[in-house]
Amino acid sequence: MSVLSVRGLRKSYGALEVVAGVELEIEPGECFGLLGPNGAGKTTTLKLCLGLIEPDAGTIELLGEPVPRRAREARTRVGVVPQFDNLDPDFTATENLLVYARYFGLSGERMRERVPRLLEFAGLGARADARINTLSGGMKRRLTLARGLVNDPQLVVMDEPTTGLDPQARHLIWERLRRLTAEGKTLLLTTHFMEEAERLCHRLAIMDKGRIVVQGTPRALIAEHIEPQVVEVHGQGSEAWMQAARAHCARVERAGDTVFCYAADVAPVLKSLAGQSELAYLHRPANLEDVFLKLTGRDLRD
Amino acid sequence: MKASFFARPELSLRWVAVWRRNWLVWRRLAIPSILGNLADPLIMLFGLGYGLGALLGEMGGTSYFGFLAAGIAASATMYAATFESLFSAFSRMHVQRTWEAIVNAPMTLDDVLAGEWAWAATKALAAGGCILVIVAAFGYATPWRAISALPVIVLLGLAFAALGLAVNALANGYDFFSYYMTIVLTPMLMLSGVFFPIEQLPGPVQAAAKVLPLYHGIALVRPLLLGGLPGAVWLHLAVIGAYAIVGFYLALILTRRRLLK
Repeated sequence: MSVLSVRGLRKSYGALEVVAGVELEIEPGECFGLLGPNGAGKTTTLKLCLGLIEPDAGTIELLGEPVPRRAREARTRVGVVPQFDNLDPDFTATENLLVYARYFGLSGERMRERVPRLLEFAGLGARADARINTLSGGMKRRLTLARGLVNDPQLVVMDEPTTGLDPQARHLIWERLRRLTAEGKTLLLTTHFMEEAERLCHRLAIMDKGRIVVQGTPRALIAEHIEPQVVEVHGQGSEAWMQAARAHCARVERAGDTVFCYAADVAPVLKSLAGQSELAYLHRPANLEDVFLKLTGRDLRD
Repeated sequence: MKASFFARPELSLRWVAVWRRNWLVWRRLAIPSILGNLADPLIMLFGLGYGLGALLGEMGGTSYFGFLAAGIAASATMYAATFESLFSAFSRMHVQRTWEAIVNAPMTLDDVLAGEWAWAATKALAAGGCILVIVAAFGYATPWRAISALPVIVLLGLAFAALGLAVNALANGYDFFSYYMTIVLTPMLMLSGVFFPIEQLPGPVQAAAKVLPLYHGIALVRPLLLGGLPGAVWLHLAVIGAYAIVGFYLALILTRRRLLK
């Protein structure tokens, strides 16, 4: 049985259809990533799946419970890490977890034992009695993750778990999330960091304008949607060079004064760059970001 | 507005966890908070009660201090419930996003609102109760009479907390609350018989005053403190109770509309 099953999900605000027919199937034990530019409908999709808002159409089954009708029952077995830190500033780290556990009807000796272990997991063992405003951004996010685990959930839903964190803090979160999947928990996360999705997610879906454009494993998506090699070229004369490069590449794209050449074999491209001292270039294997940009376009989303 | 916004409240007993959260925060700041809440009504009670009372002699067949005591107890309840359900609830709803965190747990927005409602009424009871203790300590009511007024204080707290939560659901910032305070509460304070019997007011104004919950609260508390039995007890209780229940339902509808989009 899948952990989350979504069919034909729709939600509009006025004339704007924010979620426009989403289908999702998340299997036990996997880490599933929902990717998309700002405004793609990721957060709204999560809120709908948690039963926090009502869909206009479609069906949702979360841990075997129909949502939103029995969302409350479903949420007893789900942990949520929201996009914005909403830890309780009036409490210490420990109190935040104890108070939050009570919203699940959990308290007493069992929680008193469990909370120190959760803080340990979040790398906050030494900060158990620290006030929230004395914690760094990374610590707060880890505490929010620990708070999402107070009920020992089967599914952990995370909305942009590493946005705004420095690389050290981000790597630490990733390591913890891998531990959770190793323990058998199912993870559903949204992100717009392709690197994060590529490293963490077993499967992912790219969402744009309320629709799921494509889904699959990161490798399969790269193999299926993009040429394996990329050469990025920038500098004076890149535009003129681009005309010549078209002959050697399956696909050429330009963003500002940078030219992206996608091809299975880039040897001819590199050769044509050999004599061009004013052009700087970077040769790399194609990644998920290339797939993402190909499918959702290079235009800014504000 | 969607039909689901008007649905019956979907409550679980876990609303108590919301009340306990607020209690845990307040417990640490209890003493400054109580002093802050009581300073204003006590200054009014002693300043006007003794100062103006010396000039006025008696009012309504009793000392002015004794007359004022019921009005101050009821209005302190009103203000304590209002402050908690406006400013403090707004911080938790909008600024700290505490409510948002809570509804990710198996809690409904209705649970959150019920917890906040009970909490604001609790703080109102603490404020009104403290005034009653002081009134009794100064010999203006016997302890039993002061205790007999407590149920009215509870109900008044629930009524003003419910109204406050409804206003909170409409607020776009803290400034919004000053309209409610100055346009609704201040006139209510003047018209409800806190400082003088409403019989002093022109007929039509008296009639208008009789729809205000504070008037009905004072109509009960004053005779209870002074040793008589209030008339039309059930009518007064029913009006305050209606404000509490209709007010809470309104707060539910407006808060759902605001947060469950």
